[in-house]
Amino acid sequence: MTRNAVPLVLTALLLPAAAAFVIGVVPPLRRSGRVAAWFSIACMAGAFVSAILGWAALDGATPVHVVWPWLPSANGPFATVGIFADAQSTTMLLLVTLVALLVQIYSTTYLHDEPSPALGRYYALQSLFAFSMMGVVLAPNLLQLFICWELVGVCSCLLIGYWYTKPEAARAALKAFWMTKLGDVGLLIGIVLLHRATGTFDLLELRAMAAAGGIPIDGLALITFCLYMGAAGKSAQFPLHVWLPDAMEGPTPVSALIHAATMVTAGVYLLARTDWLFALTPGVLAIVAWNGAFTALLAAILACVQTDIKRVLAYSTVSQLGYMMAAIGAGVAGAGFLHLLTHGVFKALLFLGAGAVIHAVHSNEITDMGGLAKKMPQTAIVFLVGTLSLAGVPLFAGFASKEEVLGAVWHGGFTVPFAMLLFAAFLTAFYMFRVVFLAFFGTKGHEGGEGHEGAHAHDAPLLMTGPLWVLALLAVTIGIYFTVNEPWHEFEAPHWLTYVAVTVALSGILLAYLTYQRRAISADALAAAFAPIRTAARRNFWLDDVFLGIYRGVLLTFARLVGWIDRYLVDGVLNVVSAWTLDAGDRLRRIQTGKVQDYVWAVGLGLLALMAWIGVAW
Amino acid sequence: MGLQAYLTLAAVVFCLGLFGTVTRRNTIGILLGIELMLNAVNINLVAFSRFHGGDAGMVFTLFAICITVAEVALGLAIVILLFRLRRTASADHVDWLKG
Repeated sequence: MTRNAVPLVLTALLLPAAAAFVIGVVPPLRRSGRVAAWFSIACMAGAFVSAILGWAALDGATPVHVVWPWLPSANGPFATVGIFADAQSTTMLLLVTLVALLVQIYSTTYLHDEPSPALGRYYALQSLFAFSMMGVVLAPNLLQLFICWELVGVCSCLLIGYWYTKPEAARAALKAFWMTKLGDVGLLIGIVLLHRATGTFDLLELRAMAAAGGIPIDGLALITFCLYMGAAGKSAQFPLHVWLPDAMEGPTPVSALIHAATMVTAGVYLLARTDWLFALTPGVLAIVAWNGAFTALLAAILACVQTDIKRVLAYSTVSQLGYMMAAIGAGVAGAGFLHLLTHGVFKALLFLGAGAVIHAVHSNEITDMGGLAKKMPQTAIVFLVGTLSLAGVPLFAGFASKEEVLGAVWHGGFTVPFAMLLFAAFLTAFYMFRVVFLAFFGTKGHEGGEGHEGAHAHDAPLLMTGPLWVLALLAVTIGIYFTVNEPWHEFEAPHWLTYVAVTVALSGILLAYLTYQRRAISADALAAAFAPIRTAARRNFWLDDVFLGIYRGVLLTFARLVGWIDRYLVDGVLNVVSAWTLDAGDRLRRIQTGKVQDYVWAVGLGLLALMAWIGVAW
Repeated sequence: MGLQAYLTLAAVVFCLGLFGTVTRRNTIGILLGIELMLNAVNINLVAFSRFHGGDAGMVFTLFAICITVAEVALGLAIVILLFRLRRTASADHVDWLKG
């Protein structure tokens, strides 16, 4: 059975690559826009079907590990390329292909006003991203993983900067690129150090070594910390999370695919994939758990003060990534991975729903919305499903996985992070329902906004609502499945956990209801009560300023110093040498009179000298 | 007379030619100097040929004389052109070789 999984998984991996390549190198196809779009979607659909078949073919069987030699060296290949398909990676493959397919279909309508060449570029990048992400998921060794990891980073940068003529978008793209690069440097160092310590990049070999205790413990903490740095950059962990909210400058479908469902979870996936390695360094795992919980709480606080619907979702993504990291840090990678999967589904749903709203209202601000439930009922229903999932209400997707995460953290003995995560869960329910009540219920922020486009808002066409319904149904199905059948526990969860989690979620919803729907609690009074923290959150806890300060203070000063050295020391030496050469040439030039007889003199004297020399030599 | 006498004669003629080439201001004089130097070489060739046996030197000298004739023709043509352009045949007024 496992044999025929290989071609299927390979097909899933290579179809989007082919699409990206063909759209990229055939200019008429790229410029045609819509044709390129449907070509890309057809390839993605093929990849999705292959992924399902591959997943089914592999189900329950032994993992498939197929590699081909790549870089030769004296004793066996130095590096290999190939695929490593097991239950974990094929499940992830399903998520990636499904969300990518839905997002590509959704984009045809969402971006229908775009010029054709730009649309062709968009779909080439989308396909390339899908390929790279699957490359990360299926990578059998860390080197291939790193290459694909960088590729997704490039695609992310280019897609954030899709509207590159907009200065904010171009800036956000660069910021995302450099902030993740900061982590990627750590990842690269970690991979190289690991290779030096063990002599292999291969995940299976490394796992076997780890199981046999063959990995030297000395310096391993540094290696795992470096790997975590890479994961923290990609998965937007504190303090490298600042790029993710800015990445919302990209088109909303891009945010749904890359900055919610797939790419940002690559870091979590990497840690889940190498959890046996991290298990050897409990100190680093504790950092992962604490930082994850802190990130979850910090981002949840930040999400409460945002007025841009996409930024709320972005911060909630950061927050949920913190949950996943915390679970992995607590030593239960399975819980983190489960939350990754459910989060991928319902967060993509939320983003695409937000996209439908933005598409209708032509504004990102929650204050410009209001009462949309009547005008766009379908969008409201699916958005509500996503919100309930994110809040962790029973029967919805996020419920079981969030409880798993909380249980894992409690089980790992991290009491304070557990409390932080619980409070973050309360805030999550609060800020998400704040969005729901402000945008979909109640009345519009400014009543005087007659003639505003929001007045004519209506549900999006089928190509946009279709993907929404698919994701919503999936979120409910997963939710009901896991609510009825408790997910398989790797640990003993405390029996009171479910009640606490549900109570916390419901109280968050209740607070949002009272504040923004019934107006029983004044939002202004609430804001005044938390004025200092609100001010700080509005400024993103000065993190952007800190980074800007580091940039200006350290980097620019260093750059100026290096510039001075280059200009005055390096260039100075060269300038002096060249001045001397010029001067010498100028002096030597004067002995050339241009008169034939002077040259004859020189020849004669030279002849004499030669003869004298020969005479002396004799 | 031995070989040495011929070589001495050739050396004297060569030095006269060199002296003329370097000191004459008239370009025709310079050409004459060059001719003298060439003939000094011819004397050497003939002398070595005569004293060491073998006719190669003689034949070579014949060729050298032919080439000298061609060279003189060219040289005079240059002098005439120079005179047309500059209205003078003095080498002092010509420094076109200067870079």
